[in-house]
Amino acid sequence: MSRYTTVGQRISRVDGPAKVTGEAIYSADIYLKGMLHGKILRSPYPHAKILNIDTSKARRLTGVRAVVTGADTARVKYGQLKKAKVPDKAPLALDRVRYVGDEIAAVAADSIDIAEEALELIKVDYEILPAVFDPFEAMEPGAPQIHEHAPNNISGHFLHEWGQRVDELLDACDVILEDSFRTYSQIHAYLEPNCSVATWDQNGNVTVWASTQGPYTHKQELMTTLGIPEHKLRVISPVVGGGFGGKRHIPEPSIAAALLSKMSGRPVKIEYSRKEEFAATRHRHPMNIQLKIGARKDGQFLFFDAKNVVDNGAYNDSGPSVTYYAGHSLTTNYRVKGVRYDADLVYTNTSAGGAYRGYGNLQMRFALESMVDMLAEKLNIDPPEIRLLNAVQEYEPLICKGTVTSCGLSECIREVTKSSNWHEKRKHAGKLRGVGISCYEYVVGVRWHYPHDSSSANIKINDDGSVDLFTGALDIGQGSDTTLCQIAAEVLGIGIGKIKIFTADTELTPLDLGTYASRLTFVAGNAVKIAATEARDRMAEVVAEELEANPEDIRFHSNQVYVAGAPERGFSFSEAAKLAVNKKGLIVMGRGSYDPPYRIADFETGEGQFASAYSFGAQVAEVEVDPETGVVRLLKIFSATDPGFAINPLSLEGQAHGSVSHAQGMTLFEQPFLHEGRVLTPSFLDYHIPTSMETPEVDCIFVETIDPDGPFGAKGVSEGYQVPTAPAIANAIYHATGIRIREIPVKRDEILKGLEKRKQERDSYCPS
Amino acid sequence: MRQEIRLTVNDQEYELIVGVNRTLLDVLRDDLGLTGTKRGCDSGVCGSCTVLLDGKPILSCMTLACEMDGRKIQTIEGVAKGGELHPVQKAFIEYGAIQCGFCTPGMVLSALALLGQNPSPTIEEIKKGISGNLCRCTGYVKIIEAIQLLQKQGNQREF
Repeated sequence: MSRYTTVGQRISRVDGPAKVTGEAIYSADIYLKGMLHGKILRSPYPHAKILNIDTSKARRLTGVRAVVTGADTARVKYGQLKKAKVPDKAPLALDRVRYVGDEIAAVAADSIDIAEEALELIKVDYEILPAVFDPFEAMEPGAPQIHEHAPNNISGHFLHEWGQRVDELLDACDVILEDSFRTYSQIHAYLEPNCSVATWDQNGNVTVWASTQGPYTHKQELMTTLGIPEHKLRVISPVVGGGFGGKRHIPEPSIAAALLSKMSGRPVKIEYSRKEEFAATRHRHPMNIQLKIGARKDGQFLFFDAKNVVDNGAYNDSGPSVTYYAGHSLTTNYRVKGVRYDADLVYTNTSAGGAYRGYGNLQMRFALESMVDMLAEKLNIDPPEIRLLNAVQEYEPLICKGTVTSCGLSECIREVTKSSNWHEKRKHAGKLRGVGISCYEYVVGVRWHYPHDSSSANIKINDDGSVDLFTGALDIGQGSDTTLCQIAAEVLGIGIGKIKIFTADTELTPLDLGTYASRLTFVAGNAVKIAATEARDRMAEVVAEELEANPEDIRFHSNQVYVAGAPERGFSFSEAAKLAVNKKGLIVMGRGSYDPPYRIADFETGEGQFASAYSFGAQVAEVEVDPETGVVRLLKIFSATDPGFAINPLSLEGQAHGSVSHAQGMTLFEQPFLHEGRVLTPSFLDYHIPTSMETPEVDCIFVETIDPDGPFGAKGVSEGYQVPTAPAIANAIYHATGIRIREIPVKRDEILKGLEKRKQERDSYCPS
Repeated sequence: MRQEIRLTVNDQEYELIVGVNRTLLDVLRDDLGLTGTKRGCDSGVCGSCTVLLDGKPILSCMTLACEMDGRKIQTIEGVAKGGELHPVQKAFIEYGAIQCGFCTPGMVLSALALLGQNPSPTIEEIKKGISGNLCRCTGYVKIIEAIQLLQKQGNQREF
């Protein structure tokens, strides 16, 4: 029997009714009086100087109301710094384009058709420059230089040595394995294309509705590039149709729409086409990883030594932190004496890599978990056992000078070993059906973009007992609206139906940094808990005074507010709210602000505690390989995750399913194909994401460790869910076929060649 | 070039003058203000623009508005009746089949069409019935479950 009434329960999404009736308003559903339609002109070349832009013909086309270029912006660039010395991306090109699709100009017209026609009338004089598309080639002397500030096209070089020096650990190792792995790009493919609607009124007030993952940070980016003061800009995220990281930093449509609105005096909507989404937005950073593991013969890990060459694409976006996290993630899952990480983040003339669920940890995890299995085989140790031997435990200090707090990793490994019937299934190797295991850790919130990692919330109890919850935190489909309402409802002792949530409006809701790094349940959840507690305590004072009781003795439960031990001495929540208004003229409010008490990441040393907590988990993948076609089918994923406390198990299961689906696609068939920088697969027809026909079974177990700092013990989980699936599948393929996968997505002909090779090897041992 | 058409959407009749190159999706969203039908790819692959024509799912982004002259269309806005959600909609909410919600209108209509033809589909038939609707959030598991559990409840409401 649960001690809670709302948190921990399988509550339906509070935004479900609006979404299931088609009434939920996404950015593209906003239509304003006199609204124009905008389109962006994009570079057809991967690398070119812009000598001249002539927009005169476009301006003269009937129905065109505004045309803007880089010259109309504040000429300020943005982009993540960290190792980089300068921000590198202009919203509309100033003098150079660096990938096919790079933004050059924008047009607003009475209709999309006219806007598209106008784009063709903009005459750009280019000086085509040589381009480079491979990060290794880009680093060669003599390669075309993509940014002046980055010789050899290296945006940043990362060298970290945590714990003991790897060279000093070599002698203590009984076995050292080394191998190379490669991950390709993956496209987010959220169903809702990016869309921004902007109004710039005659008093210089700018309002932007954008499908962004963080209106606060979106506002910062817009403010600097538009050159306007903060108080003149309001950014609102309406309902957002998926992001997965891809909508973290796409300021271009908002900047273009705002400028077009300024110029035309009309609202402007820019809605990206699906082709633009595939070809010109962000994608997962491809990584080329060389990994060396040193261990003792009993399976104890001594060191990890990784080299990484990351394909940044043409601009930084999230490149530095993704590259960093790939290395950092080697220090947080297993106990190890030393880690060395040597990485180059390299510019190429392709679209910019960006944040994508997994954020570098995922790519490195593919390499690490594959190698752990290779090591297990070499040492004749069962894969779950070698992981259990080295798994970090709760409150264990890490060599990166951080600490794990709550940790259910070992328990998760044991759970999936049991639930998947591991030992029985592992008996049958090489029979085209196999199981493989992988485990992971993932940050919960992270303090490396800003000096804080905070969220704030306000609660207002209306005089009829309904509650308004204001939070900057944004639901992009992962379910934070529901989770936060559950937390507020639990504290106030009311049904969740009494709460209305207002989110993601920089004018009306308090600051939240955005939806990323699985931070909302923890950070925003704590802020909401604090706000609800304050509101509850204030109401308790009012009721206590009325009942001549002690405020500490007032209880809130089942929509009632009463004296502890004497439930007949009390009011309904609505009556209590009315009492506050009628007797005290008081609308009860509560405010909450939460910033986890950890240091900001030092990218130079790579040391410190900059995640509030870590989520952990393990997955076993069961696959079947078709020897005729080489197709690998993912049959089932057995997952166990440590969410601290599952505030909404229904929602968490949904997140597990969705994450597995993404990872299934990435591992088995998703790859954008480029030729000289041009994306040849800019549609769902060419780039296949999983459909219902590919749905595997997914089994979810929650191992609740009750985090000391999370609200009700909860941590974030959703990014982490996607991380272990690729190596679990790769390890399962090895079990099924003896073929070791070193590149994802898995290619069918690699499987067929591998099967043929194994057959030849077997035949040569058994001459007929 | 423009053409006069008569269109019935959710039992409401409309007389419209539309450009001959405009799609049904364009007209539903831009002209009739029915923004529940979504534009996910505008090229007939993702299924977000699914509407029902005589109870059968069609892709409104691949259908010219003029082709619909004299025809009856149902969009997501016409599924709930008299302020009461349809059992399919209730099942989607109850079983966690909705995350970002963008694919949901198309999914609900495909589910309605499936159940209208086959009130007791197997899991494989459900998977096939919604295979034209892409979803990137849910991994489809709870959508399939919602449709399956709905019909297991022996719900006799007409689809």
